[in-house]
Amino acid sequence: MLDGLQHSAFQYFLRNTDPDNGLVADTSREGSPASIAVIGLALSAYPVAVERGWITRPQAVQHSLRVLRFLAHSDQSGGPEATGYRGFYYHFLDMPHGKRVWKSELSLIDTALLIAGVLTTAAYFRGSTEDESALRGLADALYRRVEWRWAQHEGATVALGWKPECGFLRYGWEGYSEALLLYVLGLGSPTHALTDASFKAWTVTYQWENLYGQDYLYAGPFFIHQFSHAWIDLRGIRDDFMREKSCDYFENSRRASYVQREYAIRNPRGFAGYGQNCWGISAGEGPSGAGQRVAGRMQAFRAYAARGVPYGPDDGTLAGSSLVGALVFAPEIVLPAMRELFGRSASGDARLLHASGFNSTIHTDGSEGWVSSGEFGLDQGMMVLMIENFRSGLPWQLGRGNAYVRAGLRRAGFRGGWL
Amino acid sequence: MSHAPYHLLVIGAGPAGLVAARGAAALGAKVALIERNLLGGDCLNYGCIPSKALIRSARLYADMRNAANFGVAVPGDIQVDFAAAMDRMRRIRTRIGRVDSEERLVAEGIDLYRGTARFVARDAVEVNGQRLRFRKALVATGSRSMLPNIPGLAEAGYLTNETVFDLNRLPPSMLVIGGGPLGCELAQAFARFGSRTVIAHDEPLFLPKEERDAAQMVSDALARDGVEIHLNSQAVKVSVRAGKKLVELLNDGDVATIEVDEILTGIGRVPAVEGLALEAAGVSYEAQSGIQVDDFLRTSNPNIYAAGDVCLEHQFTDSADASARIVLQNALFLGRKRLSALTIPWCTYTDPEIAHVGIYVRQARERNIPVKTFTVPMHDVDRAITDGEEEGFVKIHVREGSDTILGATIVARHAGDMINGISVAIVAGIGLRTLARVIHAYPTQAEAIKKAADAYNRTRLTRFFAWLARRWLNR
Repeated sequence: MLDGLQHSAFQYFLRNTDPDNGLVADTSREGSPASIAVIGLALSAYPVAVERGWITRPQAVQHSLRVLRFLAHSDQSGGPEATGYRGFYYHFLDMPHGKRVWKSELSLIDTALLIAGVLTTAAYFRGSTEDESALRGLADALYRRVEWRWAQHEGATVALGWKPECGFLRYGWEGYSEALLLYVLGLGSPTHALTDASFKAWTVTYQWENLYGQDYLYAGPFFIHQFSHAWIDLRGIRDDFMREKSCDYFENSRRASYVQREYAIRNPRGFAGYGQNCWGISAGEGPSGAGQRVAGRMQAFRAYAARGVPYGPDDGTLAGSSLVGALVFAPEIVLPAMRELFGRSASGDARLLHASGFNSTIHTDGSEGWVSSGEFGLDQGMMVLMIENFRSGLPWQLGRGNAYVRAGLRRAGFRGGWL
Repeated sequence: MSHAPYHLLVIGAGPAGLVAARGAAALGAKVALIERNLLGGDCLNYGCIPSKALIRSARLYADMRNAANFGVAVPGDIQVDFAAAMDRMRRIRTRIGRVDSEERLVAEGIDLYRGTARFVARDAVEVNGQRLRFRKALVATGSRSMLPNIPGLAEAGYLTNETVFDLNRLPPSMLVIGGGPLGCELAQAFARFGSRTVIAHDEPLFLPKEERDAAQMVSDALARDGVEIHLNSQAVKVSVRAGKKLVELLNDGDVATIEVDEILTGIGRVPAVEGLALEAAGVSYEAQSGIQVDDFLRTSNPNIYAAGDVCLEHQFTDSADASARIVLQNALFLGRKRLSALTIPWCTYTDPEIAHVGIYVRQARERNIPVKTFTVPMHDVDRAITDGEEEGFVKIHVREGSDTILGATIVARHAGDMINGISVAIVAGIGLRTLARVIHAYPTQAEAIKKAADAYNRTRLTRFFAWLARRWLNR
């Protein structure tokens, strides 16, 4: 199951990459723009594909080089139709030219996901060929030109984003989220590093909660407990906060997995399908349209939303890929759930695990209930990386070997373990 | 009337002024009370009382619409009678206001002056041309609505919390500017009455002082009730066309135009310090933060005190009441009561309500206090389930490694009532361990507090004690 799932998830990148500039589409849907975060996941997935024999090493190098060259030479003027600014990139770019679309923001977190991929590819392709040398040079230059410090425009925390129309967005990255990766990469920069105070300021709104019998650092959507772990091996290393709690972020994600499962077992809103082996509430696409009466109550549906546990929103939509993203933390409860969803996928293609979301409460013609159409690149990339971390630990190994990541972790206060 | 100085001269007959004046008179002091407007202050006339009365009616309409969720059939269409709801609100206001009538205050021995007070010396004020001297004075003039500076707003006309309760006809549509407590409460109420309601808030989340999860729940609740939400949005221009008000909202560089019948501004309160001639009495103040007081509520003139909205960060009726009691002791009886010693709960009366007491997690962490939160979702509380009121949670923050309660946030339909149990515990120094021993009536929604205390007790069961218990039982 794992090999087939991982391989089919990787196919997303081969099918949805522009052959000329290497940009990767956000989703498999017709007309989808490129997402810089998905590019980062593609770059991280190519080494896995080489190791698994799905593509050759030269093919992977060419895929990576193509997009790194595009990024290196992209328009960084910060104009409304540019590709980026100050080393950061707009969230969504048009596939043929890489120009900003949808008036999207210069995204700090999505740039971090991209840069994580850039550093991963550089860490893997250590060969002496001209192409691999060029790849490493480009990757280093792309990382060094990101002006992380500039994004601390107001106070110590990092802004959510920036737009040419209005400047910095009003909200900053505060409190536990997927931005752990952003802060580590920003702190590790040799050129434009975040200040020492940034990490402390980010953690000041952390909430250590006892919920359903688990003590853990609270965050509602499941993906928050997973994204940074795709690249950084957070087992056994601790920052000040985790030292105080005698925990680490990996163990925290394990506990979050149990909280997620427990919520589905309690199933307070009575949704169809929830249970011991069917859970995983996260960001993703769900049904929209008119509300329906569910378990005697009117239930509205949220379309694309960051769903979370235990406060919701919860409209009966589960994100199957978020289960796969937790495989590494709690395989003893995740594998049975994956098998359950694998078996429930009517077409035998593990659709419920690949789809952005599914909702068994909504009645459709199919036995699966409502299922999001197509695939989202972020989900497929996370599946490739987290299955690989479970199987061989390759992405973690590449992260551990990266001097920038190690420096960022140390400046954030992480100590112990492999560090 | 005596020309001897008053023991206590109180300016403002709102919650703080009334408490101080009545308390002092009851203890035999010569008391003057000066009010230029309505007795009872904002709370009675424009604040808590009318808004809660209106919210109750709106909640009932919402419940009627949701009757099927409770297995209840409501016949036919639900017709909203807004004028009847406003009549009810006014009757309630009048009834509660009777307690603070002029006759009753005079009967209690208070010299009541109707007019505008102005300091003319460090120990005297003038009202209606009459000079009144005092030994001690209390300024309790409250606050007034803060109006946003938006071009065209004044010309187009707007409602504030002081005029919205004069409405007799439900506006077909309304824009609420500001997502603080008042804005959120009234936006939800008017949406429930059937107005197409839009709320614009300049921040990424409503109720910026509250915890993120709590604020998010308010946002979800407003959306559920049909309120059109514009976060991160600033009203930048107002114009009028064909009798409708057009408001331009700026969001991340994009401008959206909203067309409404009424605009309600609810962006906050500013202390009412104007016209008092505080300089003449040597009382320092700032226009935005109000009269400057020390921890004993004494101003820069040691014989003049302040209480309530005119000087406090927390502009609540209960805080005004508590601060007036401090002044009473400190001003007249050599007391040394401190404002900082107060435990002040507060509540936003949306549905669900958000109530808080003590410190927030963020504040604890900023002070390097290790903090742990015991969380009980309301969907785990039997009475909340039977009542169909499962939205929300109880979060009790304790000092890590102890059961000392630092603060709590409750989101629940009756959070304002529930928070009082936590306030009692904090003031009395009762920890979660003791709360776990308190039998809570079953089934009640306040049982969530007991569940949090039980969760704390379970964390005390270390592996060693679990092993010991097993050994004992299996001996």
